[in-house]
Amino acid sequence: MEIRSMHFVDRVRERLDDPELQRNLKRTRGRNAAARAASLGGLDDFDAVRARATEIRASVLRDLDLWLERFEREATARGATVLWAHDGDEACRLIIDIARRHDVRSVVKSKSMVSEEAGLNAALEAAGIRPVETDLGEYILQINDNEPPSHIIMPVIHKSREQVTELFARVHGTEPKTDIEALTREARERLRPAFLGADMGLSGGNFLVAETGSVAIVTNEGNGRLCTTMPRVHVALTGIEKVIPTLDDLATLLRILPRSATGQAISNYVSLLTGTKHDGDADGPAHMYFVLVDGGRADLVGSDFEPMLRCIRCGACMNHCPVYQTVGGHAYGWVYTGPMGSVLTPLFQGIGNARDLPQAATLCNQCGVVCPVSIPLPDLMRKLREKQVERGMRPWTERLAMRAWAWAAARPWAYSACARAAVRYLCWLAGGRASIPVMGLAPGWTSQRDFPAPAARTFRDMYARQRRGRAS
Amino acid sequence: MTSARDDILGRLRQRRPRDDAMRDATGEEIRRAIAHPERGPRPADAEDLVARFVERARAMTSSTDVCPDTGQVPARCAAWLRAMRLPLAVVVAPALADLDWRGAALSVRIGAAGRDDAVGVTPCFRAIAETGTLMLCSGPATPAVNSLLPQTHIAIVRSEHIVADMEAAWQAARAELTAWPRAVNFVSGPSRTADIEQTIVLGAHGPYRVHVLVVGT
Ligand code: SF4
Repeated sequence: MEIRSMHFVDRVRERLDDPELQRNLKRTRGRNAAARAASLGGLDDFDAVRARATEIRASVLRDLDLWLERFEREATARGATVLWAHDGDEACRLIIDIARRHDVRSVVKSKSMVSEEAGLNAALEAAGIRPVETDLGEYILQINDNEPPSHIIMPVIHKSREQVTELFARVHGTEPKTDIEALTREARERLRPAFLGADMGLSGGNFLVAETGSVAIVTNEGNGRLCTTMPRVHVALTGIEKVIPTLDDLATLLRILPRSATGQAISNYVSLLTGTKHDGDADGPAHMYFVLVDGGRADLVGSDFEPMLRCIRCGACMNHCPVYQTVGGHAYGWVYTGPMGSVLTPLFQGIGNARDLPQAATLCNQCGVVCPVSIPLPDLMRKLREKQVERGMRPWTERLAMRAWAWAAARPWAYSACARAAVRYLCWLAGGRASIPVMGLAPGWTSQRDFPAPAARTFRDMYARQRRGRAS
Repeated sequence: MTSARDDILGRLRQRRPRDDAMRDATGEEIRRAIAHPERGPRPADAEDLVARFVERARAMTSSTDVCPDTGQVPARCAAWLRAMRLPLAVVVAPALADLDWRGAALSVRIGAAGRDDAVGVTPCFRAIAETGTLMLCSGPATPAVNSLLPQTHIAIVRSEHIVADMEAAWQAARAELTAWPRAVNFVSGPSRTADIEQTIVLGAHGPYRVHVLVVGT
């Protein structure tokens, strides 16, 4: 997917000024957060499960090379082929090669964020192979001229049913249906023949289990099962960081992934897929491939940003982020949105291509609190900000202001003189009121709310006076 | 030119340098971790696993029924289908071929479900009380499609196969299965989606309804 994160500020403005989008975002705002909170009671000790989940992911990353080798050995022994790609382009080439080798004309896809990273659909189309997205949300996006997803779990959270009604009627040439159930049926009927006729199924992978060399896929719709059961060829496309040690670890992570994502105790379907169809099996692919993509992940191992690789793509951080909830996912300009996107996008696409993203946070740490694998997202955003400063990527005005601040902060007399001047100025602006409606030199600050008026004297002055009073 | 594989693994190794002794020790740790899997924290076991399973399966929108012995399974299935006004034609996994389906006045085909089958019947390797989940293993006698393509899925669960949690289910699979199945599918109720306005609709791509018949209670 082409990156547009450098235009974040402009994109935010457009999103805030889009009344339809704002209505749609408001409709579902807070729902997943509430469902998550309600579901945690089902675990007797959420913190213990979270700590264990964190340790499982961290322990694999500590020895990722060896775990990957072990995974590869088990997967190969059970009939799968494991392929590796430096980046998305290489992954696309590998998949097109597989398709050519097996005479594949059409591909049914269940959701894979790595496929979005790689821009796989465009590459397949250019090679004359028809990709069909089968997750309902992803299907809606695909028939809407390949619109990008705005959430990693709920890709069309930014759309209303009316928009889907209009889209289906136009693209399918059917009577407009306003009922959500009828719309879902219509998609089911369109997609069934695609499943039955496809030569290749392409899935992502929620986890790669080293114990058995398997991929675990979690879905509610059942499209993941259809994609990996009906076609002759199955390709699981995912990142190199997704390995977990054992099936027991999978059980632990499955207690926390669906709860964090949608507040479900478990998703409707969890499939553990291992190798190719056996002798006598009536179904299943005859060929199975893993395509494991680096795409910037290996460079994070052993760095300050290694904790980000623990991410299990649950979406809880964005469901709890005040910025994401207000601007929606498209503003972020790439595959990953919300707090995890603000960290991953600059790391995968270059800090210079996503300068505003680490700044697009209040560092309120709601994301850090809910993350099921304890990723300190605000700390990582702060580290990215530091990197921007080190590389001189901040605007000269900001650099100048910081230098002035540093100068004053190191000289108490200068600091207190500035503070006194600022208090006097703010009190003058307030004119006796409790708040300042328009901030004189920075009116943008007060465009949405008032600024509280300060006390008449600075803290230092008050403190000094009190001490004098006590001494006398 | 080195392959992508060697390059990626090589870079990972560089970022985590180890000498030979350390490498061997870590390799040994990995072997041990896989040979003796460690279980994470789990919710307390229910006293009555069958009751817990039935309660949780219903919470996931499966319907449930109980039946004292295997011989009565076809009749119970037929009665439920009639009550639901569903077709009395079933495609039955070969593992359940020995039951007297015709005796229950059902039109029956033994084998893998195809695109036109309305009702698929499957056995169940284990069922999980914690989440009301069916664990279905694919194999020649248990095709995966029977719980996937038909609009209605009936699962026959033997009560002694109901276990507390997924860890116990994996333990049973490791101990009992001679060939590791191509697909292990955990099914918790009918297929669903909430993609449009977060409104839940059942029967997205898989079955519209899942009926669980617990045998031996
Ligand atoms: S960063 Fe944490 S909360 Fe966000 S998607 Fe990843 S695992 Fe979930």
